Amino acid sequence: MSGRDAILARIRAATGGAKGEAEERLAARPRGPRPARAAEDPLERFAAEARAAGSTVAGPVPPEEVPAAIAEWLVNENLPARLAASPDPALDRYPWSSRPLLTLERRRAEPEDRVALTPCFAGVAETGTLAMLSGPERPVTLNFLPEAHIALVNARDLVGAYEDMWARMRAAGGTPRAVNLITGPSRSADIGQELRMGAHGPRRLHIVLVDDGPPEASDAC
Amino acid sequence: MSFAGPANFRRSAARALADEPLQRELARFSQGFQVRRVEAASRLPEFEALRDRARDIKNHCLAHLDFYLERYEENCRAAGGEVHWCATAEDARQAILAICRRLGAKTMAKGKSMVSEEIGLNEFLAEEGVRAVETDLGEYILQLRGESPSHIVAPAIHVATEQWTEAFRAAHTDRPADRSLSDGSEIMAEARAVLREQFLGADVGLTGANFLIAETGSSVIFTNEGNGDLSQTLPRAHIVIAGIEKVIPTLEDLSVFMRVLPRSATGQELTVYTTLSTGPRRPEDLDGPEEYHVVLLDNGRADMLGGEFQDMLRCIRCAACMNACPVYKQIGGHAYGWVYPGPMGAVLTPGLRGVEEAGHLPNASTFCGKCEEVCPVRIPLPRMMRHWREREFARRLLPARFRYGLGLWAFFAARPALYRPFAALAARVLGSRKRWRRLPLAGGWTGTRDFPASEGRSFMSLWRAGRRR
Repeated sequence: MSGRDAILARIRAATGGAKGEAEERLAARPRGPRPARAAEDPLERFAAEARAAGSTVAGPVPPEEVPAAIAEWLVNENLPARLAASPDPALDRYPWSSRPLLTLERRRAEPEDRVALTPCFAGVAETGTLAMLSGPERPVTLNFLPEAHIALVNARDLVGAYEDMWARMRAAGGTPRAVNLITGPSRSADIGQELRMGAHGPRRLHIVLVDDGPPEASDAC
Repeated sequence: MSFAGPANFRRSAARALADEPLQRELARFSQGFQVRRVEAASRLPEFEALRDRARDIKNHCLAHLDFYLERYEENCRAAGGEVHWCATAEDARQAILAICRRLGAKTMAKGKSMVSEEIGLNEFLAEEGVRAVETDLGEYILQLRGESPSHIVAPAIHVATEQWTEAFRAAHTDRPADRSLSDGSEIMAEARAVLREQFLGADVGLTGANFLIAETGSSVIFTNEGNGDLSQTLPRAHIVIAGIEKVIPTLEDLSVFMRVLPRSATGQELTVYTTLSTGPRRPEDLDGPEEYHVVLLDNGRADMLGGEFQDMLRCIRCAACMNACPVYKQIGGHAYGWVYPGPMGAVLTPGLRGVEEAGHLPNASTFCGKCEEVCPVRIPLPRMMRHWREREFARRLLPARFRYGLGLWAFFAARPALYRPFAALAARVLGSRKRWRRLPLAGGWTGTRDFPASEGRSFMSLWRAGRRR
């Protein structure tokens, strides 16, 4: 008997193995209690939770001001203006030429990169969490290798609760290879029981909220 | 990293109580997690309702475990992953070794995985010529020190900062000997640099899984450092090792656990990196592993289904029970002798390793009930500890003097006419002094503290006197 058959046989001997109820539940996908905070103004809740988790948050700024907002933050943080940036066309809409000193290299991250720039699939207000979906134009390494990560979040991509984000993900084509839900910069309290930022992933997570106007106007573009 | 074994509990606990550096770390530990959990729970009014929901989801999954595992396997395969069903620890070790051999792998970058500790993976791979490097900071220091974890969430909770410095100086000999390395930030920066090279050079990566999602065939990890993500993204293959009880139905169900697990474990609203992995790198992806394997481990879990210990399989390994446990907070995790310490370990270890070897762990409990109070999936831990104690007694596994002592007490306790005169006499004798510095047969108590004097009269006689008034 294979390991698989042996394990399943042991389970069935103990549980009886009727599956109708489970099949129905799997199809219905019932939701658990929804936190009341998910119904609050998503912009305010998202920014407050993200800050509480150790992220810095700028904006909302209009799309044309995004390059300036990034350049300013890099100067303040004493970081280089050369960015490993996502190949995602979502970044094409910003007027990068307005800041000629900013260099965007659209590729996956390499170990020597110091700053990454990515768009986000969604921001979840209940915990100030960024949702990153992997894909040919969205390499995962950008989220983890560089020491600073700048993430752009469109205000209209903010949702209240995790379940809202899953619903959007299913509508956008299903489960990618990697879903990275990111809530603040990397950290560890393993050394001397004291919390420090920047264990293996980014030491700094900077979120720039992009105000893209009312949903109707944006959808028409 | 070999474990002392549960059988040595009494000796190990005594040693832990006398270990001053350990006691200093435990004193600092005993507040942090517990306070942060309470604060996080109070920020979320729905927390208690979510705990009920989490319990119900797990109960439903355990009742239909075969269905969800098969559905999970189907969806994982559809995404290009391979599922390895392993009935025993040896099966799991061999399955992982076979993957390493086929890929010609010499090094493995590891995220924190208690199940990999359960199967003794590192030692086994080392014998077979594969070097496994722990990349979680806590696990890394333990590997350098040749120790096992003492806590399932913060495995190096017992290691003081000076001991990190010492171990790093001894291990990282290619670095300047006169470098400054006393501060925690310096230690972390060095660990980051050293382990970067390990991620980049590793042939395979291995992580555990907090959950498996039947609907999507995904594995999920909840972490804060980012090492689990680097371990699974940079090497050629990602191997996931998970117990069969980890499967849950849907992303909606995952949302419930996203709300209870981090709050219960560290008091965070959500862990920094909550990552779902579904199969290997897809066509045209710029990064990610070329192979994705899931090793599903039974190792005694299925045998806990359907009996009085089934509820233990709801456990999501948050460690809230040990953070709240007065016994754990005195002796730390090593005394328990195996991977799983504290109240959850006292119930799970006898289940996985047998009552003969570990049946005495549930005796190390004050039955204060704190563990059940904080458990996010409401596992009745004290009740199950009592079940193990009954079994241990029934199978005559206790030392003879305990059994005879308990038998003698039970004989009197069941016969009030005999018991009451004895109790009244004892109360009078014990009430003849203010306190007792030494008491025959109670040396275990009076060795470290005085025994308080009794009021001079037994409860029953006071009760009767009160009723007459």
